[in-house]
Amino acid sequence: MQYKSQAVAKPYFVAAIGLFVGQIVFGLIMGLQYVVGDFLFPALPFNVARMVHTNLLIVWLLFGFMGAAYYMVPEESETELYSPKLALGLFWIFLVAGALTILGYLFVPYATLAEMTGNDILATMGREFLEQPLLTKIGIVIVALGFLFNISMTMLKGRKTAISMVLLLGLWGLAIFFLFSFYNPHNLVKDKYYWWWVVHLWVEGVWELILGALLAFVLIKVTGVDREVIEKWLYVIITLTLVTGIIGTGHHYYWIGAPEYWQWWGSVFSALEPIPFFAMTVFAFNMVNRRRREHPNKAAVLWALGTGVMAFLGAGVWGFLHTLAPVNYYTHGSQITAAHGHMAFYGAYVMVVLTLISYAMPILRGRAANSPRAQVLEMWSFWLMTIAMVFITLFLTAAGILQVWLQRISTAPLSFMATQDQISLFYWLREISGVIFLIGLVIYLISFFVKGESRVGAQ
Amino acid sequence: MSGTFTKSMARNIFYGGTVFFFLLFLALTYDTNQALPKRDNSQNLTPEVIAGKKIWETRNCIGCHTLLGEGAYFAPELGNVYVRRGPDFIKAWIQAQPTGAPGRRQMPQFHLSDKELDDLVAFLKYASEINTANWPPNIEG
Repeated sequence: MQYKSQAVAKPYFVAAIGLFVGQIVFGLIMGLQYVVGDFLFPALPFNVARMVHTNLLIVWLLFGFMGAAYYMVPEESETELYSPKLALGLFWIFLVAGALTILGYLFVPYATLAEMTGNDILATMGREFLEQPLLTKIGIVIVALGFLFNISMTMLKGRKTAISMVLLLGLWGLAIFFLFSFYNPHNLVKDKYYWWWVVHLWVEGVWELILGALLAFVLIKVTGVDREVIEKWLYVIITLTLVTGIIGTGHHYYWIGAPEYWQWWGSVFSALEPIPFFAMTVFAFNMVNRRRREHPNKAAVLWALGTGVMAFLGAGVWGFLHTLAPVNYYTHGSQITAAHGHMAFYGAYVMVVLTLISYAMPILRGRAANSPRAQVLEMWSFWLMTIAMVFITLFLTAAGILQVWLQRISTAPLSFMATQDQISLFYWLREISGVIFLIGLVIYLISFFVKGESRVGAQ
Repeated sequence: MSGTFTKSMARNIFYGGTVFFFLLFLALTYDTNQALPKRDNSQNLTPEVIAGKKIWETRNCIGCHTLLGEGAYFAPELGNVYVRRGPDFIKAWIQAQPTGAPGRRQMPQFHLSDKELDDLVAFLKYASEINTANWPPNIEG
């Protein structure tokens, strides 16, 4: 560790991994509810489990991003963090607020939770992914502002690199676009239109800047390739991302009441959205091939390459699969969407956070890399989780194709529930893949506790 | 990439491209907002519809259902349920939950009053009259 204030990243990473485990457990519960409909009902209705599943994902990725920033920015800026105390304080505030929100979802009826937390003053709840009570949303803004203040002040007093500028831009964008979660007009079309300014402009916009910055940082460290080269790539990739992704928002505006010219704007620009992801894959492999050093942390290199490939497949290929308006007319709101959502989130954001954790955690624990035994386990977990996610995606895609056919295309369309009965085999297969994913995750956890000789001491 | 294409050129293209396309997005958004009143059924945003939307939100309906194709994919599309089932069926169905049929997906009982049920139905009627470019492909949603 070059700067001792980087150590504040560690609790963020630990919390991220802990919440990740929770996310997967709730995912498995929901997967079972797809086929055994009354499982855990009425103690845990599907909608509650889904809220917990998706909100935990968002929160743990935010923990991961923040931890990554606290780790990266001092090193990039070549100076200690502006305030490690603020970083630790915000950690506990965010963790407690997050835990209280999840407990609220689980143990208080949602309508009561809304009443208790000021939803009557400003109604923001009950919209997908933005289910958080008003108080939690305000808390997120406060934590984000404190975090951004800390990171920005650190950068201002130190070296300003392209990587840290891009990271900061992504993080500010994340905070700014979250403000649209407070805008909930009565007009359903406008509600949906601006809801996407949080959701789409996050995951297909500013989050990709964060993704690019994290990946570029790790690639510089593990390959030793010249910073100039890597940062030039980074700019090219994020240019492609935003040039395609901003207008690409239009692929959500086809069927929600917006003007029909969005079918053209959305189709054309989002058809180009795989390009930045493809560039990212080429970038990762290219840099590793041109490496000037053999970094002892092989697992981190594997995660970095995996991020490139899986982000391209999940976000790029599976996104393209249903993004053209004439296709989306049939696939919109089906299991195809779910398939894409799973592999895109895993391939892009889960994997990049795990890449950064894989690289940084050993250093935070006083060694350049984990012991070969620990790394072998970590790589096993990489393959198990990644292959399990590929199968989850394939089974959901199969379910989606059948669903679209039976319910929307065939000459004698079945009802929604009759269709669900027909495709339950694929939901069972998805659930089995989910169990494999959990096994991979358990192995991942174990890899942190495997002892053994590490090859090189801390830097 | 050749040596003539420098990092600062890449940076300038990034900032220029981002600003240009974001401004284009804002322009399209402005135009969309001008065009919406012809499509979004906002003339029917009555107090009942507004109250119904709040019930929709505070019962987290989107956690299982889709509305105009967005939401969870666990339960039927409700953007066109008013057309598919009609107001009386919708109210009776909500009041009859959960079915308790073994192994079947269950919907919670929300204990809505008659007024709340009417508001919710008003909201679903309003949603069904938004011009969605003929989506969904058929009545099953």
